[in-house]
Amino acid sequence: MSLIVEGLTIDHGAIRAINNVSFKVAQGQLATIIGANGAGKTTLLRTLSGLKDAASGNASWNGASILGKRAEDLARSGIMHVSDGKSVIAELSVKDNLALTGLWRKDKKDVAAATNEVIELFPILGQRMSQSAGSLSGGERQMLAIGRALIARPKLLLLDEPSLGLAPLIVEQIFQTIKSLVKKMDLTVVLVEQNAMGALKIADQGIVLNLGSVVLVDSAEKLLNDPAVRSAYLGF
Amino acid sequence: MTQFITAVLTSLSSGAIYALMALALVLVWRSTRVINFAQAGQAVLTTYIGYTVIQRTGSYWLALVVAVISGAIIGAVIDRFFMRPIFKRIKSGPIVMIAPVVATLGLLGIIQAIIGFIWGLTNQAIESPVSTDGYKVLGKVIAFSSYNLLVLVSVAIAMLLLTILFQKTNIGLALRASAYSPEIARLSGIKVDAVRTLGWAIAGAASGLAGMLYIPGYFLFPNAMDLLLVFGFIAAVIGGLESLFGAVVGAMILGFAINFATTYVSAQLFFPTAFIALLVILLLKPGGLFGSKKVRNA
Amino acid sequence: MIKTTSPKTRFTLFVVFGWILLILGDRVGDFKLYQGSFVATYALAITSIILLTGYSGQLSLGQSALMAVGAYAGALTIFNAGLHPIIGLFMATLVAGIFGLILGLIVARLSGPYLAGTTLALAISLPTLANQFPILGAEEGIVFDVGLPPARFGEDFSQYKWFFWISCLATLIMVWFVANLVSSKYGRTFRAMRDNPVAAQLSGINVGRLKVMAFAISSGVAGLSGGLLVMLISGVSPSAFPLSLSFSILTGAVITGLYSLNGVILGGLVLVAIPEIADSLVSRIGGSEGFITTLPGFLVSALLILAVVFTPNGPGHLIKRHHKK
Repeated sequence: MSLIVEGLTIDHGAIRAINNVSFKVAQGQLATIIGANGAGKTTLLRTLSGLKDAASGNASWNGASILGKRAEDLARSGIMHVSDGKSVIAELSVKDNLALTGLWRKDKKDVAAATNEVIELFPILGQRMSQSAGSLSGGERQMLAIGRALIARPKLLLLDEPSLGLAPLIVEQIFQTIKSLVKKMDLTVVLVEQNAMGALKIADQGIVLNLGSVVLVDSAEKLLNDPAVRSAYLGF
Repeated sequence: MTQFITAVLTSLSSGAIYALMALALVLVWRSTRVINFAQAGQAVLTTYIGYTVIQRTGSYWLALVVAVISGAIIGAVIDRFFMRPIFKRIKSGPIVMIAPVVATLGLLGIIQAIIGFIWGLTNQAIESPVSTDGYKVLGKVIAFSSYNLLVLVSVAIAMLLLTILFQKTNIGLALRASAYSPEIARLSGIKVDAVRTLGWAIAGAASGLAGMLYIPGYFLFPNAMDLLLVFGFIAAVIGGLESLFGAVVGAMILGFAINFATTYVSAQLFFPTAFIALLVILLLKPGGLFGSKKVRNA
Repeated sequence: MIKTTSPKTRFTLFVVFGWILLILGDRVGDFKLYQGSFVATYALAITSIILLTGYSGQLSLGQSALMAVGAYAGALTIFNAGLHPIIGLFMATLVAGIFGLILGLIVARLSGPYLAGTTLALAISLPTLANQFPILGAEEGIVFDVGLPPARFGEDFSQYKWFFWISCLATLIMVWFVANLVSSKYGRTFRAMRDNPVAAQLSGINVGRLKVMAFAISSGVAGLSGGLLVMLISGVSPSAFPLSLSFSILTGAVITGLYSLNGVILGGLVLVAIPEIADSLVSRIGGSEGFITTLPGFLVSALLILAVVFTPNGPGHLIKRHHKK
């Protein structure tokens, strides 16, 4: 079960957002896609999760193509996309937000068990169950969004800039949580991040995007030590 | 004193019917971001179907059930086979905001033309199943009858059922989530398209009920529900278009404003009161009473 | 076409068109002249909606109310104040324009369905006000009489030709004015405002002020068309301006292109022609009485749906795209 992307090209209106991008993420690996703003990272993720169509190329998960499918169908098949902007529904309660990914599942017992696991993982959510999601802090919302995704027992997790707008301490917490989840739940994760340092520290593999094209693909460790990467993205 | 009581009761009664229409419109708006002018056509069409049932069987109650069910079916069909293809076609350009609304206007005309063709244009009537004589209270007859009571009770039951549906069931949560954020709902695995069609079905059922409750006090002709649509729309806008609760509140405000104005000031103020009530509320809160503060991408 | 030409060319085009109408007017019978007057009047009404909705992005369902304001203002001027009919038409435009200015200021903060709802409420309530104030003539209304054609035009100059001249001239002048407006920097600003209000505001455009301006001008145009309409039916009354009139005008505008003035005449033609076509269709294939009466409405609605689905940005767009291929 791997995520294989080949020659993916995506247009955003008249702009070619992603140009002939190819990479592979093996099962159980955490790959991070880093790059400056406007590199097309979010567009790439949205295409992998079915929210957007690609112009050409292939992408497959577990041997089956994931392009041209509806987002809700991909979500039901184990691909969870936690989109940016703290994707929670502010008008609904924390409890209702968490319930969304379990609505369509037949095994209600497992949904309940998964929900409990998520509350164990993020105890603060358990304390705020009946509050509206809009009243949560940024970090709490991020936990809620990730928690909701986890309840669906995904196999492939697409995370879009989870650290955006969060305090460094919370970011550290969330990154560590993601890292441990990969091992615990045998997840495959694609983590899009602007916080290149933090992301590369927890990742196995790094993919550097610039203006829609792949510039570098290597193990995260090598990228951390690569002088070009360091000066461009890590600030030293 | 009796005048006051009568005014209150008739306000409740007309407010209740406005509420049904407003609910239907808000349901469609929340799920589809469209003002469904065709709701008037759907409502009157289901009432004609109810009329035919009465002609054949003589039973108002059976007609009521049939009207509500057919309203749901027609609503679902319209979303699935009319609105969805239109949304697929119209994706860009300034027309995006206006096209669906105009399409519903066109649909309204078509429905009314078809009705005229099948049933003719002369006024028909549906008899009220219960007495329309005013009750006697403390020796005086007030302008509130069993029929008015039926309207109030029916709408109250309908609202109760809807509240339970939306707040206590999984389907209700799916409906709400899809209305607030279709994208997050889809990423959570909710089939947003099917949910939207369900929203239209519920709206159709609500307007079907509205029609069968409204017409017995009135006449049945293809344009019979146009006015009710306008008032339902105004009520929904007063309430903010975003919440079902707001729709009911808006309808009550409208009902009370109009009834009190026409009772105590002048019968001619029927329409101007609606306009003024709407204007006053919108000037104070441009998004309606319970409208959301953030700017939604309409 | 109107957009891309220079002001001089545009003026010439209008004058030429006016002359053509003049010559046409001599050759057709009274009935066609009468119909032609309606075409011009509806074209003018459609112009007002195109300016308001197509250009400044405000969806209003209240054009019928504004037409009523203009109509009553004009009628009162002629009937009560005894002034010349031309002044009556002028007052129709002015009063409606001022009304629209005030209205525009009031609804400036509203948009989308809230604006539509308010204008809808206005459309149903305003005409009923006539019943309130006896000076407005209640249900019977007020007579609107533009008088007979001037004697110097000769005996053969019928009343209907006079109607035709007045309505065409008024429409030509107004449409020319609006066309100039939308080709100027105002037009570009309007379009910027419509397509992206936030960006427009950020680039310094006073969105609020322009919206009100568009409302005022559009109302003036609508008022004039209202005045022309009641001239044609010789009197104004509440029943002349039902809500369905607003819908019809919007329909006409959408069918022929909401975003360009090129189609206004066509729009007017469509609104007048549909009942005609329906009639002739029905007489050819026959049908029950129900069929006869419901066919025009059915045709208009079907046309509206087809137009909005297949040519959402107006048939002009479709032609342009075809040429590009």
